[in-house]
Amino acid sequence: MYRYDEFDRKLVVERANQFARQVKRRLSGELNEDQFRPLRLMNGLYLQLHAYMLRVNVPYGTLSSKQLRCFAHIARRYDRGYGHFTTRQNIQYNWIKLEETPALLRELADVEVTGIQSSGNCVRNITSDQYAGSAKDELADPRKYCELLRQYSVLHPEFSYLPRKFKIAVTGSPTDRAAVAVHDIGLRMHRNKQGEIGFEVLVGGGLGRTPWIAHTIRDWIEPEHILSYVEAILRIYNLHGRRDNIHKARIKIIVNQMGIDKYRELVEAEWQRIKDSALKVPAEEIERIDRYFAPPAYAKLEDATALLDGQRKASREFDRWLKANTVGHKVPGYAIVNLTLKALGKPPGDIDADTMDRVADLADRYSFGEIRISHRQNLVFVDVRQDQLHELWQKLDALGLATPNLDAITDIICCPGLDYCALANARSIPVAMDIRKRFVDVDELADIGELKINISGCMNACGHHHVGHIGILGVDKRNEEFFQLTLGGSSDQNASLGDRLGPGLPQSEVPDAIAAIVERYKSVRNDGERFLDTYRRVGIEPFREAVYGKDSEKAVA
Amino acid sequence: MRMIIANRLNDGRVVFYTAGGGWDLDIAAGLGVEGEAEEAKHFAAAKADEAACKVVDPQLIDVKVEGGKPRPVAIREVVRAFGPTI
Repeated sequence: MYRYDEFDRKLVVERANQFARQVKRRLSGELNEDQFRPLRLMNGLYLQLHAYMLRVNVPYGTLSSKQLRCFAHIARRYDRGYGHFTTRQNIQYNWIKLEETPALLRELADVEVTGIQSSGNCVRNITSDQYAGSAKDELADPRKYCELLRQYSVLHPEFSYLPRKFKIAVTGSPTDRAAVAVHDIGLRMHRNKQGEIGFEVLVGGGLGRTPWIAHTIRDWIEPEHILSYVEAILRIYNLHGRRDNIHKARIKIIVNQMGIDKYRELVEAEWQRIKDSALKVPAEEIERIDRYFAPPAYAKLEDATALLDGQRKASREFDRWLKANTVGHKVPGYAIVNLTLKALGKPPGDIDADTMDRVADLADRYSFGEIRISHRQNLVFVDVRQDQLHELWQKLDALGLATPNLDAITDIICCPGLDYCALANARSIPVAMDIRKRFVDVDELADIGELKINISGCMNACGHHHVGHIGILGVDKRNEEFFQLTLGGSSDQNASLGDRLGPGLPQSEVPDAIAAIVERYKSVRNDGERFLDTYRRVGIEPFREAVYGKDSEKAVA
Repeated sequence: MRMIIANRLNDGRVVFYTAGGGWDLDIAAGLGVEGEAEEAKHFAAAKADEAACKVVDPQLIDVKVEGGKPRPVAIREVVRAFGPTI
């Protein structure tokens, strides 16, 4: 994985020291809150309902065991013993003290991690496929391009005060696990007829109160032009994006108001001007960064099919877990292992410090000391020997991390909601936990199959509800929490926004509504048909009727 | 009845303005104020504490008394007063 060079290290340490001085000035009264807020946000520090919240970047979701141990230490020393993994592949701490943040940031800097640009109107953490480098269907490891973009965009003077935040995602696989179509810029890798790697560039996607699926602004860009093309998009946005209304300030608004053709025209004109400037990336530079992502020292192995077959026959639990939570690997004899942070009774994405330490130990032993974070708030070991899967499963099971529910109805994306977040209107975590409680039978999970539920506690959509197969949005109606359901959303390569099912439901009725949707799906699905495909085939009405009854049309009106 | 709620500057914790002119983590120690004049007087004191770097963003919130104990009316403030519900 990428290691800091002397410039990175110096910059991060200087920034930590600078923030220490800013905190001192705030505590002494030299800075008031209005003056201090933008400074703390630039370091990922929010003031939430109960305390300060620190968001720490995990660039493209790749983490070393050493860094995870540091996260555990931070959770113990500066928080209440746990952290929360987010849909931007980051970690958040909910109980941070302002006066302790300078020391905390210095400790993070020691393991090459920061909160820089995890908030504010700038380019946020670049996200990617959690299986990058190991995915069977991957054209090339996207992380070298993520890292290039990270180095380019961190503290970029022109783009530190954009009209609004800016999110970029990169996928190197045709199966999109990085949700690139709902990003401000999405980069989707392709290979041309000559076998060369390049990118389709998408722009103007996003969720929030005005969701949009991104438009393709360019079918093909060579890797050497990736920075200049991104810069052209950013510059046009910076010039034309609205600063008068925070709700209309994202790039998706200007792209869709202007129209993609006009936006493209402006970007292309700007790009022609700068494409052969210093932004043109020499092949040697891409190769230099690529060396940081060199594959680990894989053993020469055959697939352990016979061994696994025997182990599966001997243990139904292992068989279930293997089917649900492991994925094929590009290297024979290896597998990708998902550790879902969606156990019964736990808020989605939360993990305590002791478990972080144990996961770091297991990563060292079974996956070359590396851990990935997925935007679905799970952890991944991407390089596990197949002949060690059974042993690893036993150890994960002992930690409560072997629930066989990857992409199942209980593998719920959930924002912190009104239990923590100052922006939220409703508590999303209790809804997730109630649904989790409703579906405890692992055989039922397997029968239902892939069904992704995404929950947001307000229309800012941090829980990506628009692109959940079932989306749940919390709203406040005269001081009562209600939850609106949407169906048919998806953030993969065939991205779509969900359709609203009907009027909001009280929290107590949500699990029943989900169960009714599931029962209707079971009754109308074809053999082997996923929920999303069934929905796209039969439409919303059968599900509306299942939840609201025969007078569903009246209910919607 | 209303109370004044804020976050403490140094650690962000939720605090309530008290009768003694200080701040307390426990809503039960919060000063209940009634009437515009009383609200204005105490809120001015709370804002002075904000200027003095003790607290951030003091707000007047509606509070009712249930079973002899104060409880905010808005769900958001209930969560702030008593912590996460999970």
